[in-house]
Amino acid sequence: MNNAADFNRRDFIKTVGALGALAFSPHAVAMGKKPPIGRVVVIGGGYAGTSAAKYIRMWSMGSIEVVVIEPSPQFVSCPLSNLVLGGSQQINDLTFGYDLLKKHHGIQWVQDTVTGINSDAKKVTMQRGEISYDRLIVAPGVDFIYDHLPQLKTAEAQKQIPHAWKAGWQTVNLRQQLEVMPNGGVFVITIPKAPYRCPPGPYERICQVAYYLKAHKPNSKIIVLDANAEIVSKKGLFTKVWANNYAGMIDYRPDSAIISVDVQTKTVSTEFEQVKADVLNVIPPQRAGKPAQMANLLATDYPWCEVDFLSYESKTVANVHVIGDSVASGLPKSAHMATSQARVCASAIVELMQGRSPDPAPVFANTCYSFVDDKQAMHVANVYRYDAAKKIMVSAEGGGVSLAPSDKEGAYAKAWAHNIWSDVLT
Amino acid sequence: MKTFILNFILISSVVLPIPGKAAEDFVYAQQSLHTRTLAASCAACHGTNGNAVKMNAEFDATALAGLDKAYIEQRLLDFRTGVRPATVMHRHANGLTLDEIKQLADYFSRQKPEKHTMPEPQTLKAVQDE
Repeated sequence: MNNAADFNRRDFIKTVGALGALAFSPHAVAMGKKPPIGRVVVIGGGYAGTSAAKYIRMWSMGSIEVVVIEPSPQFVSCPLSNLVLGGSQQINDLTFGYDLLKKHHGIQWVQDTVTGINSDAKKVTMQRGEISYDRLIVAPGVDFIYDHLPQLKTAEAQKQIPHAWKAGWQTVNLRQQLEVMPNGGVFVITIPKAPYRCPPGPYERICQVAYYLKAHKPNSKIIVLDANAEIVSKKGLFTKVWANNYAGMIDYRPDSAIISVDVQTKTVSTEFEQVKADVLNVIPPQRAGKPAQMANLLATDYPWCEVDFLSYESKTVANVHVIGDSVASGLPKSAHMATSQARVCASAIVELMQGRSPDPAPVFANTCYSFVDDKQAMHVANVYRYDAAKKIMVSAEGGGVSLAPSDKEGAYAKAWAHNIWSDVLT
Repeated sequence: MKTFILNFILISSVVLPIPGKAAEDFVYAQQSLHTRTLAASCAACHGTNGNAVKMNAEFDATALAGLDKAYIEQRLLDFRTGVRPATVMHRHANGLTLDEIKQLADYFSRQKPEKHTMPEPQTLKAVQDE
């Protein structure tokens, strides 16, 4: 059933692309409305891409045609996916379809992989053909850099040593490896230099693995090889939780970037030592996603995309906007941040496409929860304001972290997830 | 009298032909861009346009859509001063200007309460991870 519908839609888009029938929107025509004022193509159906697509449709009152290109048939939430490792959530609790989003907002959807972007001709090439845009939003999330860890590039190697840094089957695999690890085994996790997706994520993961091991395999150990000089986010809180809740289980080693991996023996090397694991989780260094690379959006000396923070338009390529984890900014690469950026971008595009100016001083919020066990969570939260002199988003007064993790914040963290899923997927 | 009729014609031609949905759209379009985007940033916890998902959980986030403007404003001010204790709302209330607090209260008070739900969870399909 789904396959037939998908096939028809695919075929249709291919035809539209081939004919170059840019002004024609089946949605608008079917609704008996005026033709759209333009088309926005969104690459990526994660938190950023879905938000941008929805809010452009809402705020343009349907006058802008939106086409999303996303290779995955489903949305799998990275937020809460560490709880799959702890055992209090299942991957199927975090997996959703795109149908309601498409239906409620008249968004056209193409399940395909982008193979090329021609920003001069304003065209995106997919496996099935090409499509034209008036404005393009690139929201591909992160891409892993294997330059220094070529051993981990293959799918086969990642079965042995999953990153599990994009929620999905790798998350399930890592959980299964923990389940079969003997009591007294060693779990090794390596953390890349910041910036990477989800600053507190690795430390939340350590809590979740410790939570599972403490209950089921209490003689086991966790070794953390962190490329950073110290815990990147919520340092005081994580340090306290590790000391109080998981005493003696976590061996944290800062300034420990890994330089090679032996897949067979699950051994990693830093400049100083070799560490052998029973279960090995290497989180590779990251950069802006592949479509951003195809459109030449990355800064020359930095693997992320520089943007104008009033519209998220690329500083290097006109009419191409970048949102979410691929953006070069001092801001945390979180899901809430991705949606906040997406809405500033959506609002600006709606204005720009109608010949008006975007908000000259955007302000938005970011709330990020980390779970330390099955119930307790803690936040870092900030309001960010545009600084006209520096031309960047800066933290406003009053931001900060929880005093301590609590059940209450755990409940609010779940409410956060329910609402953000409802916001981006319905 | 002539002026009155002229005014009446002008006003009626502008105001009267926008009943129902169109009138709402008109107000919606007139909301300042700044507040629209800032308010949308609250959706992560409070749902699209302030329509929080009801899970019947003990700690559902407050549905802000259609609440009294003065009530929302006072709550934010109380979070700001600490009169009302909060887990996280004091972080946000302190980062906003007093004018933004007023505008947000106004914006959410004008939103139509709607029932918003979570998408249905699905079984993860057997596709290759990236």
